[in-house]
Amino acid sequence: MPLIWVLLAVAALAGIGYLAGRRRALASAGGDPRRLHSLPSYYGLNVALTVLTPALAVLAVWMLAQPALIDARIAGTIPDTAIAEAGDRSLVMSDVRRLAAGLDSAVAQGVLSRDEVAGLRAGATDIRAALGEAGVALGSDVKPEVLAAAQSYRAMARTGTIAMDALVLLTALAGLGAALWMTDADFRARNVVERGVLALLIVAALIAILTTIGIVLSMLFESAAFFRQYPWTEFFFGLTWSPNFRGNSDLGIIPLLWGTLYISFVALLVAVPIGLYAAIYLSEYASTRVRSVAKPLIEVLAGIPTIVYGLFALITVGPFLRDWIAQPLGLGNSGASVATAGLVMGIMLIPFVSSLSDDIINAVPQAMRDGSLGLGATQSETIRRVVFPAALPGIVGAILLAASRAIGETMIVVLGAGAAARLDLNPFEAMTTVTVKIVSQLTGDTDFNSPETLVAFALGLTLFVITLGLNVLALAIVRRYREQYE
Amino acid sequence: MARHAPHIADVKVSARDVNVFYGETHAIKDVDVDILDKTVTAFIGPSGCGKSTFLRCINRMNDTIDIARVTGEITLDGEDIYDRRVDPVQLRARVGMVFQKPNPFPKSIYENVAYGPRIHGLARNKAELDDIVEKALRRGAIWDEVKDRLGAPGTGLSGGQQQRLCIARAIATEPEVLLMDEPCSALDPIATDQVEELIHDLRRNYSVVIVTHSMQQAARVSQKTAFFHLGDLVEYDDTDTIFNNPKDSRTESYITGRIG
Amino acid sequence: MTDAIEGARPDAAGRPSLLAADRRTRARNAAERRFRLYGMIAVGLGLAALVVLLSTVAIKGAGAFRQTYVSLGVDLAEAKLDKTGNRDIEAIKKVSTFGYTPLIQEALVRKVDELGLRPDGMSDKDIGGIVSKDAAAQLRDRVIADPMLIGTRTRVDLLATGRIDGYFKGRVSLASAERDSNVTPDQIRLAQALAEAGVVVTRFNWGFVTRPDASDQRPEAAGLGVAILGSLYMMLIVLVLALPIGVAASIYLEEFAPRNRWTDLIEVNIANLAAVPSIVFGILGLAIFINFAGLPQSAPIVGGLVLTLMTLPTIIISTRASLKSVPPSIRDAALGVGASKMQSVFHHVLPLAAPGILTGTIIGLAQALGETAPLLLIGMVAFVNDYPAAPPEGFFDPASALPVQIYNWTQRADPAFVERASGAIIVLLLFLVAMNALAVILRRRFERRW
Repeated sequence: MPLIWVLLAVAALAGIGYLAGRRRALASAGGDPRRLHSLPSYYGLNVALTVLTPALAVLAVWMLAQPALIDARIAGTIPDTAIAEAGDRSLVMSDVRRLAAGLDSAVAQGVLSRDEVAGLRAGATDIRAALGEAGVALGSDVKPEVLAAAQSYRAMARTGTIAMDALVLLTALAGLGAALWMTDADFRARNVVERGVLALLIVAALIAILTTIGIVLSMLFESAAFFRQYPWTEFFFGLTWSPNFRGNSDLGIIPLLWGTLYISFVALLVAVPIGLYAAIYLSEYASTRVRSVAKPLIEVLAGIPTIVYGLFALITVGPFLRDWIAQPLGLGNSGASVATAGLVMGIMLIPFVSSLSDDIINAVPQAMRDGSLGLGATQSETIRRVVFPAALPGIVGAILLAASRAIGETMIVVLGAGAAARLDLNPFEAMTTVTVKIVSQLTGDTDFNSPETLVAFALGLTLFVITLGLNVLALAIVRRYREQYE
Repeated sequence: MARHAPHIADVKVSARDVNVFYGETHAIKDVDVDILDKTVTAFIGPSGCGKSTFLRCINRMNDTIDIARVTGEITLDGEDIYDRRVDPVQLRARVGMVFQKPNPFPKSIYENVAYGPRIHGLARNKAELDDIVEKALRRGAIWDEVKDRLGAPGTGLSGGQQQRLCIARAIATEPEVLLMDEPCSALDPIATDQVEELIHDLRRNYSVVIVTHSMQQAARVSQKTAFFHLGDLVEYDDTDTIFNNPKDSRTESYITGRIG
Repeated sequence: MTDAIEGARPDAAGRPSLLAADRRTRARNAAERRFRLYGMIAVGLGLAALVVLLSTVAIKGAGAFRQTYVSLGVDLAEAKLDKTGNRDIEAIKKVSTFGYTPLIQEALVRKVDELGLRPDGMSDKDIGGIVSKDAAAQLRDRVIADPMLIGTRTRVDLLATGRIDGYFKGRVSLASAERDSNVTPDQIRLAQALAEAGVVVTRFNWGFVTRPDASDQRPEAAGLGVAILGSLYMMLIVLVLALPIGVAASIYLEEFAPRNRWTDLIEVNIANLAAVPSIVFGILGLAIFINFAGLPQSAPIVGGLVLTLMTLPTIIISTRASLKSVPPSIRDAALGVGASKMQSVFHHVLPLAAPGILTGTIIGLAQALGETAPLLLIGMVAFVNDYPAAPPEGFFDPASALPVQIYNWTQRADPAFVERASGAIIVLLLFLVAMNALAVILRRRFERRW
């Protein structure tokens, strides 16, 4: 039965459990709630939670595991001949999955009846046309092995779902029974419930760790697959990037890293002076009124989504730089370039640098400024010679964080920097980055298990490690700096 | 309002009809006082009576506070320091300040002391700067303790040493007047002792004005004392007279501990 | 030693008078003024960038809210549309858009001849070419919705083609039409004449916000309906998932967690996750939610899950700040009357921290609304022009999202899509402004001063 019904059934059981638990507890105390250890509602909650939690856990685990398990079973039944023809087991498997989903969809829409589907033969019926009517597109005609595998897939999925539903409902009922049996006046319901809630809280907190583990594992796994097909030395030290869907690609990361670092450098060149000077002016010189207007306005720049910046780069900044600077100087005729992406990214980073620097500058104690002013220094001398050097570690940390943000940025470079991987010093040339290629390799037409697609995971892993390193370093510097003053 | 009629040549800083407003609050009311040269003058009074506020007028540090407004005349060697033509930056090279909590810069000891002379361009080369730094550290009674580690950070010294460093830093620009705002209140007794001894020596070269909440300290270090109360300068006289023979009843109440 | 004459004279130490600024001080003051100026220039540059960005987007995008229509009375001939005459819906549905196009052409040609505006030698087909190919589909939808219209002459506003619309917006001129394969100068002149006669109007276009996306050749029919719905679904999923999980995690970390290595690890993790590039989350979504768990590509459920993971650190950080701001005296008071730690947190601290948590969530949602890169990786680059169904099934249907739709439109060749993309940005920014304004208002209303 559909998922929503299972969920509703479990929820209904939980509701019943709550009411039953309360009644039973009150009954065991002779109707007097004061004789109960905990408030009646805790007894009810105890039952409800005991119904919900194990059942939902079983549901979640089963739903995540079922596709993988079925896949593994079916993959084992595919004859080697079919694999040889298609080139890869996973290609065949994806055909199987698509066919299975298509058949399900055809039945659901009424294009094919259940019996018709059961009686399908690959050669006899034109399956492709039939599915086409149901809105399912198949790339080629259906082979008999694939049809057989798809039919077993569907059968296994059906049995699996029924088994899952049964198990979940059983678990819920078992929970109901066990909890009700435990319920009586002396049962410390509140403590049990609170321990349960605490466990749930811990699970929520662990999701953060799970996410990080998920990120690392997912990339490691696929990167390992990539490095099995492509030598890591050529990836990390290769100077050419030119993927070829026929194979024999050059997949060196150096041109991409160069583009990334060059653009980030230009972005910082724009953002750091403007951000720093703006922060200094707003915190040391500006009147409260100016500050209360200008600071939030600059913060608005930080809230604008990067796709907007990307479009800005594509339709305004790019043509402007090309028409007014690059072409007249003969330096290039592309709207997409390092200068375009760098300039726009720099604008995006201004509030980042500015607000971080503002915090850091304000953390320098006023006593230090007073000491300098008392000696007869001007305000700018105080800032340049006392405040800024004192704040320097923190500001370096802020710059590192901004660099990390620039390196990981995607949409601005996708729209503003172009797709050409090259090692060039001319800032008016289009130069692509690591992030652009991750997007293009993963959304392209190449087969998933080819090195041209898997390289995206290796790129992602490299990007993750670099930004993680920068972030950790930056946060360590900023934290050590703050300890100095607290 | 009693006032000791000074010999004109002795007067270093002279205040007439000084009023200070912090926004709506009238913090200093009609103060007239003459600070004498090569003398230690103490400002005493209960908390919040305005002594620090008035002190900060003498080197125009109140300028850094937006809502502060100063009226009246304060002269240094006869020149009105609030004249429009006066740049506070130049003034503060001649009137130095030491603060309540020692605030050395996070730089080396050498750089801390060299800061003032550097920005005012008082040394033509490194050798001269070295001399200035050494002289200041000697006068600050801290040379012997730090001469072997001038490159060490100023923040690494003990509390008393830091305050003496700050004093050395303040006198490195050869000011004529040295303002000290409760310089010992953050120090332990031994350090306080060292600083008070230093103040004794300082008056040979400078005119020192010290704000203190300790009457005993005022009695120990100063020759002239001014008693402030609720923004008024109540009495200004020789220290002996203030403490043994005060003329105003409010002064007497403060001395004997009935108020404050 | 000295006399008491006023005026500039050197003092006892031989230094110049205070009243005369010496050269060095003047130089230092000039440096001070320059420094201040740099600061003001920096602030000015930042604000100028903001103004330029917003105004170019607004100018380029404003046009998307107005569209050119051809206003006609179309004869919905029964003979062509409902041969049986039963108004049977299934029979009517069998008539494809090809059946409606001639009716439109006939109506337009009739109008043109009526007004005597036909240019010499212009064929009926060329005249019909002023109307968008999508108009037939829209007319068909209208008839299916109300079969009673068959047999009547109904007044309809039909979309003009992208090039005609472009003419009225200044993108297309008679000169460019000479070289354009999609429109002829005759068509433009006809359109101009029809506009003067009031048949062709350019007016506000709600369809931009409600219609689904259209193909590359029909920018005039492209709309944000699917994208907005997809984004809405994803925001719902983020709200339902990230808020409880985030608040639960924050409560644990802030109120119950002991200070040991494990909790430190969790804290470091959260700080790092907040700074991980968004594209890495896209990779995570692709690898785990699509490949491993088999969820459908381009579905709001996957997008919602990915965005939840991205928004969690933000919500956790702001919730912890809100919890921290509740003074310990409240907790102590609750414990003092015998409440358990958990009761004190849930009954007292959490309600007091709720406004801060709410504003933090709204801001987190606003950030999630603008995310593009991770959604590209989970397959949302595809062309989707069917509305997803109602939740919860709809969460598994393919859909788009506002920022992704913007990106898709920038990748298309027709320059009319630049206008569409800019218009979509205006819609996106309006949503963001509304959300942020809501957050600020809530914060002001519920702010407590302890």
